[in-house]
Amino acid sequence: MFSKEEIAQRIAKEIKDGYYVNLGIGIPTLVANYIPKGINVVLQSENGLLGMGPFPFEGEEDADLINAGKQTITTLPGSSIFDSAMSFGMIRSQKVDLTILGAMEVSENGDIANWKIPGKMVKGMGGAMDLVASAKNIIVAMQHINKAGESKLLPKCTLPLTGVKCIKKIVTELAVLDVLPEGGFKLLERAPGVSIEFIQKSTAGRLVVEGEIPEMRLD
Amino acid sequence: MINKVVSGAEEAIKDISDGATIMLGGFGLCGIPENCINALVTKQVKNLTCISNNAGVDDFGIGLMLKQRQVKKMISSYVGENAEFERQLLSGELEVDLIPQGTLATRCLAAGYGMPAIFTPAGVGTEVAEGKEVRNFNGKDYLMEYAFDADFAIVKAWKGDTAGNLIFRSTSRNFNPVMAMAGKITIAEVEELVVAGELDPDYIHTPGIYVHRIFQGKDYEKRIEQRTVRKRSDDSEI
Repeated sequence: MFSKEEIAQRIAKEIKDGYYVNLGIGIPTLVANYIPKGINVVLQSENGLLGMGPFPFEGEEDADLINAGKQTITTLPGSSIFDSAMSFGMIRSQKVDLTILGAMEVSENGDIANWKIPGKMVKGMGGAMDLVASAKNIIVAMQHINKAGESKLLPKCTLPLTGVKCIKKIVTELAVLDVLPEGGFKLLERAPGVSIEFIQKSTAGRLVVEGEIPEMRLD
Repeated sequence: MINKVVSGAEEAIKDISDGATIMLGGFGLCGIPENCINALVTKQVKNLTCISNNAGVDDFGIGLMLKQRQVKKMISSYVGENAEFERQLLSGELEVDLIPQGTLATRCLAAGYGMPAIFTPAGVGTEVAEGKEVRNFNGKDYLMEYAFDADFAIVKAWKGDTAGNLIFRSTSRNFNPVMAMAGKITIAEVEELVVAGELDPDYIHTPGIYVHRIFQGKDYEKRIEQRTVRKRSDDSEI
């Protein structure tokens, strides 16, 4: 079974040279730590920055320079700053190549729920609805099952939706899966030591298993 | 040259009265109009509708206005950092319209560009779409969202001049330029106010035509919400 860091590490392998990438909060933020050496990737922060750099050295924090998670960050050579409307303009017009975000639930037709638990949590959707509605390539980093062992990969989402029919790839602590255009989760890889039977038991939506399913590799 | 300078926050907000709809720039606590928020708290205007990406934290930013129950309705995209907000919302004391961040920004932009509405795919098929017109363009569904109609926009800039021209600094730009364009009356507070002519026209982010009142703010706290740093020995990429 994969840790959160290992989920991030596996997703980082999907990032290609020349990509502009938007990373959501949580596991997706960790992906930045594992971007393969030697490729050029520009991170977009939807509060208005392209070319997000590392955290500042102690004592060099700048209150005017934060990322979408409100963390102090730095710029890099080639960075640019813009307003919020332009930030979502470049997202909507699909200039951003890849979006990586978290989810509470994903359905077998690619619907995603990640912003609201009725009666409990009302934090808001932030930029998530814009990102999922427009991104050409979205990878979801999420837990396959909750603490009670119940599946979060469902026939139909139970929580209020963030977007419909938009998710194509999912990486969980158990597996890498594609969402098929006709519906269903196609099993591509399993985490080391995790059986197909366990993934089947942990997936409430339709799981498609064809041929040999290799173990996920991180190198 | 038309002079836009007022004496300070108190004068700038003097005609904001109960029931007004106001836009407030900023993302989290970054680039918020601290001086004007404090003046609104002192003035104790009530029943405000506030359009702002976030709602501050419990003891800073819009959170100060929420604590005094000055806000009737919030229009925001993300309010997760404010416990008092969440309490008032769940108890029904506060009306809230949560809308996608890109929709929020673009509804400001539309107002500033004189366009009555926009079409965006954000929220299609979700509860955000309820009651809204859906149009299909090139095989994809879009929601019609209206331009905002705000009595006042209050923004924070880094530098400004007496003609109302504004320059923002780093990511404190965020919603400020689009809100500056969107208010019927726009108030700008700046860290440094200079005489018209000192700012290079080529480097102006917001032209003074959009700004009705400007003043140099004071005592900026510029609070950091998440102070994240790395050690000098740390060579990690991020």
